[in-house]
Amino acid sequence: MEKMSRVTTALGSSAISGRTMFCHLDAPANAISVCRDATQVVVAGRNIFKIYGLEEEQFVEKLNLRVGRKPSLNFSCADVMWHQMEENLLATAATNGAVVTWNLGKPSRNKQDQLFTEHKRTVNKVCFHPTEVYMLLSGSQDGYMKCFDLRKKESVSTFSGQSESVRDVQFSMKDYFTFAASFENGNVQLWDIRRPDRYERMFTAHTGPVFCCDWHPDDRGWLATGGRDKMVKVWDMTTNRAKEIYCVQTIASVARVKWRPERKWHLATCSMMVDHNIYVWDIRRPFIPFATFEEHKDVTTGIVWRHQHDPYFLLSGSKDSTLYQHMFKDASRPVDRANPEGLCFGLFGDLAFAAKESLISGDANRKPYPGGDRRYPIFFFKKPDLTEQFAHVSSALSVFESSLESKRMDWFVKTARLYLLSGKSFAELCDHNAKVAKELNRPQVSTTWTMLRIMFSDPANLSTPGPNHIGKLGTLPLMNSFSMKEMGMGTESRLDRSKGESRQDNIHLELGNSLINNICPTAENEETEGSEGQAEYMFGDAELDDDDLYSMEHDNQAAEEQEYTLPQEAFPLRHEIMDNPLAPEHLQQDKADSPQASGNEAEVMCLTPIESFSLISISQPLFSPHLPAPFFCPVVREMLSHYAEQGDVQMAVSVLIVLGDRIRKEIDDLTQEHWYMSYIDLLQRFELWNVSNEVIKLSTCSAITCLNQTSTTLHVNCSNCKRPMSNRGWICDRCHQCASVCAVCHHVVKGLFVWCQGCSHGGHLEHVKNWLKSSSHCPAGCGHLCEYT
Amino acid sequence: MPSFYLLIGCFFLVFANIAESSFRLCQKWGCTSKLLVLYSSLANPVSLSAALVLSQEKGVRVPRPFSSGPSAFIPKEEIVEASQVDPQTEQILAEAYSLSGHVDHLTQVMGLHPHYLESFLRSQFYLLRMDGPLPLHCRHYIAIMAAARHQCSFLVSLHVREFYRMGMCLDWLKGLQYAPQRLRNLNEINKILAHRPWLITKEHIQNLVKTGEHSWSLAELVHAVVILAHFHSLASFVFGSGINPQVDPQNANGFQSVFISDNCTCDLASDHHLDRDLSNTSPVTTDSLEALMDRMKRLQEEREEDEASQEEMATRFEKEKKESLLVGSGDMKNEVMPTSKVSRFVEDATFGYQHFARHGEDNPPTFRAQDYSWEDHGFSLVNRLYSDIGLLLDDKFRTACDLTYYNMASHEDVDTTMLRRALFNYVHCMYGIRYDDYDYGEVNQLLERSLKVYIKTVTCYPERTTRRMYDSYWCQFRHSEKVHVNLLLMEARMQAELLYTLRAITRYMT
Repeated sequence: MEKMSRVTTALGSSAISGRTMFCHLDAPANAISVCRDATQVVVAGRNIFKIYGLEEEQFVEKLNLRVGRKPSLNFSCADVMWHQMEENLLATAATNGAVVTWNLGKPSRNKQDQLFTEHKRTVNKVCFHPTEVYMLLSGSQDGYMKCFDLRKKESVSTFSGQSESVRDVQFSMKDYFTFAASFENGNVQLWDIRRPDRYERMFTAHTGPVFCCDWHPDDRGWLATGGRDKMVKVWDMTTNRAKEIYCVQTIASVARVKWRPERKWHLATCSMMVDHNIYVWDIRRPFIPFATFEEHKDVTTGIVWRHQHDPYFLLSGSKDSTLYQHMFKDASRPVDRANPEGLCFGLFGDLAFAAKESLISGDANRKPYPGGDRRYPIFFFKKPDLTEQFAHVSSALSVFESSLESKRMDWFVKTARLYLLSGKSFAELCDHNAKVAKELNRPQVSTTWTMLRIMFSDPANLSTPGPNHIGKLGTLPLMNSFSMKEMGMGTESRLDRSKGESRQDNIHLELGNSLINNICPTAENEETEGSEGQAEYMFGDAELDDDDLYSMEHDNQAAEEQEYTLPQEAFPLRHEIMDNPLAPEHLQQDKADSPQASGNEAEVMCLTPIESFSLISISQPLFSPHLPAPFFCPVVREMLSHYAEQGDVQMAVSVLIVLGDRIRKEIDDLTQEHWYMSYIDLLQRFELWNVSNEVIKLSTCSAITCLNQTSTTLHVNCSNCKRPMSNRGWICDRCHQCASVCAVCHHVVKGLFVWCQGCSHGGHLEHVKNWLKSSSHCPAGCGHLCEYT
Repeated sequence: MPSFYLLIGCFFLVFANIAESSFRLCQKWGCTSKLLVLYSSLANPVSLSAALVLSQEKGVRVPRPFSSGPSAFIPKEEIVEASQVDPQTEQILAEAYSLSGHVDHLTQVMGLHPHYLESFLRSQFYLLRMDGPLPLHCRHYIAIMAAARHQCSFLVSLHVREFYRMGMCLDWLKGLQYAPQRLRNLNEINKILAHRPWLITKEHIQNLVKTGEHSWSLAELVHAVVILAHFHSLASFVFGSGINPQVDPQNANGFQSVFISDNCTCDLASDHHLDRDLSNTSPVTTDSLEALMDRMKRLQEEREEDEASQEEMATRFEKEKKESLLVGSGDMKNEVMPTSKVSRFVEDATFGYQHFARHGEDNPPTFRAQDYSWEDHGFSLVNRLYSDIGLLLDDKFRTACDLTYYNMASHEDVDTTMLRRALFNYVHCMYGIRYDDYDYGEVNQLLERSLKVYIKTVTCYPERTTRRMYDSYWCQFRHSEKVHVNLLLMEARMQAELLYTLRAITRYMT
């Protein structure tokens, strides 16, 4: 029988026809609902309650249910529902807390049938049972849901959500007794209509109110919920715990959600604020709406599919006082406008490019990506799903690798590490950087540095550190101890690194061994002979261990010589107050433009292409030492822009920092900021955190320096009770214990706390350092052999 | 060292009753700031203990604090006791202390409701100090502008000080005309919001946001509006609870004292001292606690039978609205000119409160709460334009509305929901916001006339609140309960202002 009726309705649906059309209502609508045969729609709002007939070409007003001279608040509807079995039966939820039913079969003008005023607050939702004629459910702001039997004068049962205001109630389409309720506090509850004392299940679906929910018309276990947190989630309720299986992120809070009939994966949503469009989503493609209806001028308040088995007609009511019928064929498809091309640079200069396959297929020279055939994005391999109505965009991914030697970004990393940006006199900085550039085989850059030194140094200093003096690497102070290893080129550095690795391994071994050694005595006693092989192995290790210990000591000594201080830029104890005194006024730039200078212009220009050393030797005498530094500024500015445009923003920024006030005024702040940002971004991509921090610190743009001050909070947990310490970092509010006590001096550590990763004892940096100079055991007396590196 | 002795002298003067042991505790300077705060919350004048720190470190002379405690209405013992008993209060006060270096009177009074205080401080901190579209000093300046509208010298001087600390654009402090045009443009919605928020329209928003030299972005505007509403309503609380002016420890060492002193000489206290004499003789209202509880019970029972017709309900709202206009409208005409020190932050000072519903004029349409509610609409908009503030405000509103200790005066285990809702909705009613699902007859039955006068004064023109008003209602209730009332009024007012503005912004956006 059920089957039969469905067939007939399905047949009936084929008769539905129409076009995209709308009509003006007199007042904003709050909700709409259609009758079962899809020929009429009811619109309800604060000042409107009407039934419209859906004709081929237009809406026709059939009936105004709002009668009486001074309509009472019972007509002010928050929600309306047309019974899906009985075509004369309607129910509304009033803002004053009344639940009203209407019988269209009544002969009188006033069709009001029953009035229930049991709710104390606004009723947000009414819902008829899908198959039972007399059963009505309501959910209200007061936190209660009530089930009414329309043959009785009052509610049959009351369900208390025990939490907060009820926003939506929905009977399950398939399970006779089940209904879902969504709440203002983010919870969703499942109830059995026979058991009003307790919910069957509750889970938190959203942060903030869940405005709506909808059961999937075909799939028994699927429930879609929409919330103020701008998300639509689809839950699988068949499992023990409600499982989120799909999630769609929209751009505004979700007011209504309705599954699209006959389409398993589609659902329609509309929003309560700001966004006026109606979206139909394919939940498997949560990023781009499958279709959009953009007709409304104010927020859409109600959406409903015209017929239960027809996916092509959508009705909607809105605050802009219009009622629309949308045709699916007229919907706009955002996918068509989406750009299927993508382009991305790899960190080391590789380039990946994805484009429609049709565009690329002609290219014959393409060769497969070395690491397996990865030309295609993953989803391309997915078997095309026929139910999925998304336009298939098969794109091809090409990866262009830069040739191994020339274009690799190694130089960038090395340069970043080795450049000195501050802490020395200007001339020394320039020389150092020039040398670095030269060693990295970048003569042009190197020359630039040298010339900068010549241009801007005082004549007195000029003579002392000539460009050829750079050779003595040993005397050059290092930025930090770390860079020492990297200083060497190519093979050497690799060697160093491998050395480092092996040493680390040894530490692990050592730790392991010390443990084993502790256990060993007992173990050995028991199985001296039985496990000879193992013992031997262990013995071997122990030998190694000795060796290691030895080398370790050596290392430690070396480290001591290198000084223990941490790299200064990594731990600025406190931000220096940026109070850059203005540099002494430079000579006016006008001077450079004076006729006397213009004669020199030609020579200056010939300098800019900066090509080789030889040029310097010629040009040096050309410039008398009296020539003021600002004279070069325009040239340098051009040079910097040139570098930046060529992609070597590193050079631009480094020169900017090293020259400091000499050049800063020449370049406008936005450009500077732009350079800084790009350079810092690059540095962070290469994980050169220390360098990037140094650059941030040395920059003078306020927008850049404040980067340093974001997210500087460090959250700590108490070592006793393991709970977060909210107030101060050193005393726990709950257990009133000082959390971090120095193992050496037994006082609270309020600054840097250093601790051993092996035994987790520690204390003041200085104290632990001093302690470990004299002893290798843990200061706490736990017997652990701590190590400070 | 002499300064230290001086300190001890001062110390004994004030804390003579405190046992010597605790004194020793303090003398032994190993104590943490936590201890200090614990100590100060015990002994009330926090300013002194903060000064203690100061003088220990710098050896500066300490001015003697006002003896009257944080509030002119509430005996200081009451406040001290509360914070003494409740470890939670103590902790929150400690937190407040560690943030700003002192605990002001406002925080101390609010400390009577630690649960609320926590969310209040959190949102205020976010509003004034955390990431947001407006620069920090502008925020304080806007706060000053807002508080000045109600001539609340307590808040004005507090934020003048904060502003001073920022060290930027100090000449703005000379008055509003020294501030940039952009901020002065804000004055229009500032005055409307403060006195007649229902007048705000999308044109006001448009004027501020439209492109031009001094335009505001929507995000900045929302931030500013939240600050304005926050400080308007906070002014209500300050006057409603009779918060005493602050003697700030920072002030003691002569630094910036020139600037502050002329702001700080607040006549609030003297005003109240005058009132105090009168209040003692004021007749005790006969309407007692029992009668109120009776009525609550009856209302609860009646609810089931009460089948008031819809027309009846509508008229009840209108009646309440009209009546609110009669309440305490005695001296509307003689507008008090604001005191001079604060008035430099005020333009168009004559713009004051006018009744929402006035006879014989076409009133602005009633705001239907169901059509634009905080939960559904306000939150989404505010959170969209100024992220996370929605959550904090939501939490604050919720805490204020749900706060209850299940007791009324001496009675315990009472459901006060009805009373709280009546207070909240009455404020909204005065602002023309109507809840369809509320029977405004309840207001009439639950809130006695003297209370209505108080509510009206505190929300609409708080600067006229007097001690007599405060004392005249609910005589048997505890002070903490009256502070609770103030919290409700404050939140209701803030929400009403926000709803009107946000609705205007929504209309502007669509």
